[in-house]
Amino acid sequence: MSALTQSTPRAAQSDAAPEKELRPPSYWPFVVPALVVVLAIIIFPWVFTIWMSLNEWKVGSPTTFVGFSNYLRLTGDPRFIEAIGHTLVYTVLSVVLPLVFGTFAAVVFHQKFAGRGFLRGIFIMPMMATPVAIALVWTMMFHPQLGVLNYLLSLVGIPAQLWVFHPATVIPSLVLVETWQWTPLVMLIVLGGLAAIPTEPYESAQIDGASLWQVFRFITLPLIMPFLFIAGMIRMIDAVKSFDVIFAITQGGPGSASETINLYLYSVAFVYYDLGYGSAIAVVFFLLIVLLAAVMLYARQRMLWTEIARGA
Amino acid sequence: MTPKQIVGKISLWFAVLVIVSPAILFFLWMLSLSLKFEVDNAAYPPVFIPEHFAWKNYVDVLASNRFVTYFFNSLIVTGGATTLALIVGVPAGYGIARMAAHKSAIVILIARITPGLSYLIPLFLLFQWLGLLGTLVPQIIIHLVVTVPIVIWIMIGYFETTPLELEEAALIDGATRWQVFRHVALPIAKPGIAVAFILAVIFSWNNFVFGIVLAGRETRTLPVAVYNMISFDQLSWGPLAAAALIVTLPVLLLTVFAQRQIVAGLTAGAVKGG
Repeated sequence: MSALTQSTPRAAQSDAAPEKELRPPSYWPFVVPALVVVLAIIIFPWVFTIWMSLNEWKVGSPTTFVGFSNYLRLTGDPRFIEAIGHTLVYTVLSVVLPLVFGTFAAVVFHQKFAGRGFLRGIFIMPMMATPVAIALVWTMMFHPQLGVLNYLLSLVGIPAQLWVFHPATVIPSLVLVETWQWTPLVMLIVLGGLAAIPTEPYESAQIDGASLWQVFRFITLPLIMPFLFIAGMIRMIDAVKSFDVIFAITQGGPGSASETINLYLYSVAFVYYDLGYGSAIAVVFFLLIVLLAAVMLYARQRMLWTEIARGA
Repeated sequence: MTPKQIVGKISLWFAVLVIVSPAILFFLWMLSLSLKFEVDNAAYPPVFIPEHFAWKNYVDVLASNRFVTYFFNSLIVTGGATTLALIVGVPAGYGIARMAAHKSAIVILIARITPGLSYLIPLFLLFQWLGLLGTLVPQIIIHLVVTVPIVIWIMIGYFETTPLELEEAALIDGATRWQVFRHVALPIAKPGIAVAFILAVIFSWNNFVFGIVLAGRETRTLPVAVYNMISFDQLSWGPLAAAALIVTLPVLLLTVFAQRQIVAGLTAGAVKGG
C-alpha cells in the first residue's frame, strides 16, 4: 500500500503542524476501489442513459442523434400518461396504508411481552421473503374460483371478487400485497422512534387521567412524526419503483390497468428494445421520484412552520 | 393482578395476534399449498391440512436437473456480488467515516432512488458489447448495484460509532493506516460486517429484475426460474408452491435467526436496494 503515503494538499498542511494534525488524508486508498466500482456501475450508467435518451437507439439498427424528441414523444404518449396515473394511485395507497398499520404495529411491539423478539422476526418475514415467491402464492390466493381469499370473503358473506383479474380491482389488490409486504419496514422505523421517546410526558398524562387514544394522539404521534416522515419517504421511493410483485402477478394487466411507469419502462426497453425512448422514460421517472420527494419535504416544512406559528 | 391489568394484558395479546397473523397465515398457507396434491389444491371449500401430504412436490422440484443448476447460479451470483461488495465496501465505509466525507453519501442516496431498470439499459448494452451475455458475470456485476451501497452505508454508520482512541494509539506506536484498519478497526467492526453481509445476501438473493433481462436459459437465478415456472406451469400449484418455498426458505430462516442484526441494519439505513 505505497499509495498510503501519497501526498495531497491536506498532507502538506499537516507537515506544517505535525503534532496537531494526526490524521492526514491518507484514507483515500480505502475509498478508491469502491469509487471505481461506483463510477462503473452507478455513475457511468447514469451518464450513458442521459446520452442514450437523446438518441434514436434501437437494438439492431444504427443510432442517430435526435435531441429532445424522445422527451417530446413522451408528452404525447397516452400509455405513458396513463402509467403515471396508475403509479400515483398505487404509490399514495402504498404509502398511507403501511404507515397506518405500521404505526399501530410499532406501538404494540413497543410493549413488553413474552416472545417479542421471535414474533418480531415473524412479523418482518414478508418484507425479507423473495418477492417473486410471495407473488406466486398471492396469485394463487387471488384466483377467483380456487383462491382462498374468495373463500374467506364468503365466510363473512361478501360476494366473490375478481381481484387482480379485473381492471377496477387490480390496483387495490396489488396494494394489498404491497401493504402486507412493507408494513414491517414502517413498523421498524417507528419502533426506533418510540424507543427514543422520554417517559416523563407519559407519566404526567397518566396522572392527568388521559385515555389511551389521547396519549397516542397528543404525545406519541407528535414525537414520532419525524420517523413517520422518514418512513413515508422511504415507502414512497420504494412504492413508485415497485416492480417484482406487479410484474410477477399481473405483468401490468389486465390490459394495461396496472401498468406503472416502471413496468412500461420495462416493456419499452426490453420487449420492444427501444432503448433510446426507454432511457428518456428512465430519466423522467427519476426526476418524478425526486420531485415527489421534494414535495414531501416541502409539505413537512410547511407543517413544521404552522406548528411553530400555532405555538405548538 | 388487578382486573384492569388483566384486561390490558388480554387486549395486548389480541393486538399482537391481529398484527402477526397475516404473516403467519400466509406462510402456513404457502406450506399447505406446497404439500397438497392437485385434488386438494382444487378443492372447495379449501383444505388446510390435507389427509395425505404430497412430499412428491418437493422431490420433483429438487430432482429436476435445472433446479440444481439455478440454485448454484443463485449461489454464485449472490456469493460473488456479496464478497466483492464486502471487499470494496468495508474499507470504503471506513475511509468515508474517518474522513467524515458525508457528502459522498449522496451517491448512495442516488443509487437508492434510481429504479433498478435504469441501470439495466446501459449495462445491458455494455455486456452485449463485451460479449459477456450468457455467462454469470453480468449478473454478478449488476448485483453490485444492490450490494455495494448496502455495505458502504452500513459500514459508514458502524465505523462512526467505533472508538477512535485505540486507532490513534496504534498510529502513535508507528502502525500504518492499513495496519490500523486491518488489526484494530476491522476486528471491532465484525458485528457491523455481519449486518452488512446478511442484508446484502438477502437483497441480492431476492433480486429478480436484473435476472429477467440478463439471464439466459442456463444462467437463471432462482427467482427468475420460479417466475418462468409460473408461465409454463400455471395449473400445478403444488410443485409451484414447493419451488417458491424452497427459493425463499434460506431468506426466511436467516430472518428468524438473525432478526436482531437485520432489525439493526434496516433501522440504521433502511437500505433495500434495486
